[in-house]
Amino acid sequence: MTREHQTSGRKRALDAMASMPADLLGERYGAIAKTAPQAIPVRGPEIGAVMVRGRIGGGGAPFNLGETSVTRATVKLDSGEVGHSIILGRDTEKARMVAHLDALGQLAAWQAVIETDVVAPALALDAETRRQRAEETEATRVDFFTLVRGEDR
Amino acid sequence: MYVAVKGGEAAIEKAHRLLADRRRGDRSVPALSLEQIAGQLSLAVDRVMAEGSLYDPELAAMAVRQSRGDMIEAIFLIRAYRTTLPRFGATRPVETATMRIERRVSATYKDIPGGQLLGPTFDYTHRLIDPAMAGDHPVERGARREVAGDAAYPRVTDILNGEGLVEPDIASDAEPGDLTRDPTGFPAGRDLRLQALARGDEGFLLSLGYSTQRGYGRTHPFVGEVRIGLVDLEIDLPELGFAVNIGAIRVTECQMVSQFKGGGEDGPRFTRGYGLVFGQSERKAMSMSLVDRALRADEFDENRAAPAQDEEFVLSHCDNVEATGFVEHLKLPHYVDFQAELDLLRMLRREHAADKTAGTDRQEAAE
Repeated sequence: MTREHQTSGRKRALDAMASMPADLLGERYGAIAKTAPQAIPVRGPEIGAVMVRGRIGGGGAPFNLGETSVTRATVKLDSGEVGHSIILGRDTEKARMVAHLDALGQLAAWQAVIETDVVAPALALDAETRRQRAEETEATRVDFFTLVRGEDR
Repeated sequence: MYVAVKGGEAAIEKAHRLLADRRRGDRSVPALSLEQIAGQLSLAVDRVMAEGSLYDPELAAMAVRQSRGDMIEAIFLIRAYRTTLPRFGATRPVETATMRIERRVSATYKDIPGGQLLGPTFDYTHRLIDPAMAGDHPVERGARREVAGDAAYPRVTDILNGEGLVEPDIASDAEPGDLTRDPTGFPAGRDLRLQALARGDEGFLLSLGYSTQRGYGRTHPFVGEVRIGLVDLEIDLPELGFAVNIGAIRVTECQMVSQFKGGGEDGPRFTRGYGLVFGQSERKAMSMSLVDRALRADEFDENRAAPAQDEEFVLSHCDNVEATGFVEHLKLPHYVDFQAELDLLRMLRREHAADKTAGTDRQEAAE
């Protein structure tokens, strides 16, 4: 596997897991963690902040909009793989689980399991949530129409 | 002058105990849950996040509960909390052009590409108290309608830019100033001004924006577009060597199109004010964009005469945590200052009385 391919797969998994509700992730992780190699914490999980930036006028130079709380974690497997995570919010357990899954995802034996049991359902749920919200918004679209006035006849 | 005075400790302890009691209220009524506050008072939570300058709905809900609904107190709690957090970095600038739209209206183009999407708005409600709000009646789910596969919602500025009718954004990746890290000096760049306005008091900015409409720094504004929705946050992780998406936040953006300026190489074109705020708050985003435009007076050779055009005035007074700190500190003990004032005043009055007597004596002597 090329490094680029690995990177895109890892990013896809991290993005998906970050979007996953903690209880659903916990359920899927629990099943995997029973038999998977354990991880030892390297850093965190620790709660902190990142500065959210916008652009002046929407497309100009960056400005600092305000901060958001985040949690990050780094773990390591006995075999040496290091897993990282950073997620929105203050859920240290979720950050730890994501970091562990990120490390496991680097092992060929676990990659498919994580893809099927965690990443795919996370992406499906995210897509469904997005679709529902978009459709609810779409229902409020204004369909302008013009009344035919008498003098035009 | 401040001196140490002891004796309030027991009273303070009892006062805080009474505060906790009053906050809880009637014990036969269930306590508010954070889900109830974040879910059903979500616009209050959004305001606390915006002006607290920390996006965290659960924490903002806690602050609203702890402050008994006192918004500025809640904002203060969030500001205090954020100072305890280590800063891990900054996100890439959010892409509002690809926002997952929840509301989007334009007052300038009826047929704006992508359409007018009203979303969950108070507009067009009759503003009559609804008796249903006294009970817990079942509420219908929102209606749904299929979205066209190629749905896109270009920003109004991108549409106007095509014709050169509006000043364009000047693309840049310059590192922005941060007023939470460095003291603000004047004149301040637009990046710092927007940061200050984004966390500024909604009421203060609303009044300033209103003042520009009433003629104090008039800019003839139109709402080019207001959009509310979710934007993804991406952060570069050096340990990974690529950017990851850490989740999405809700923001409100306002593009205010203002009176045009002529001349120059580019010919006459509209100018703009910009508003971007955490959460759903179009009143705040619109006010911010009005004030942003007013503060650009120098850029357009406008006479700076109105309060909304005075950046030192606006930036020094828009922060409600600073404002409340200075106003509310007046109720804290000033016994010694006041004693000194009293002594001085008594002396002045004695002198005044003595002068008066002497004056009368002189007058009598003259007569």
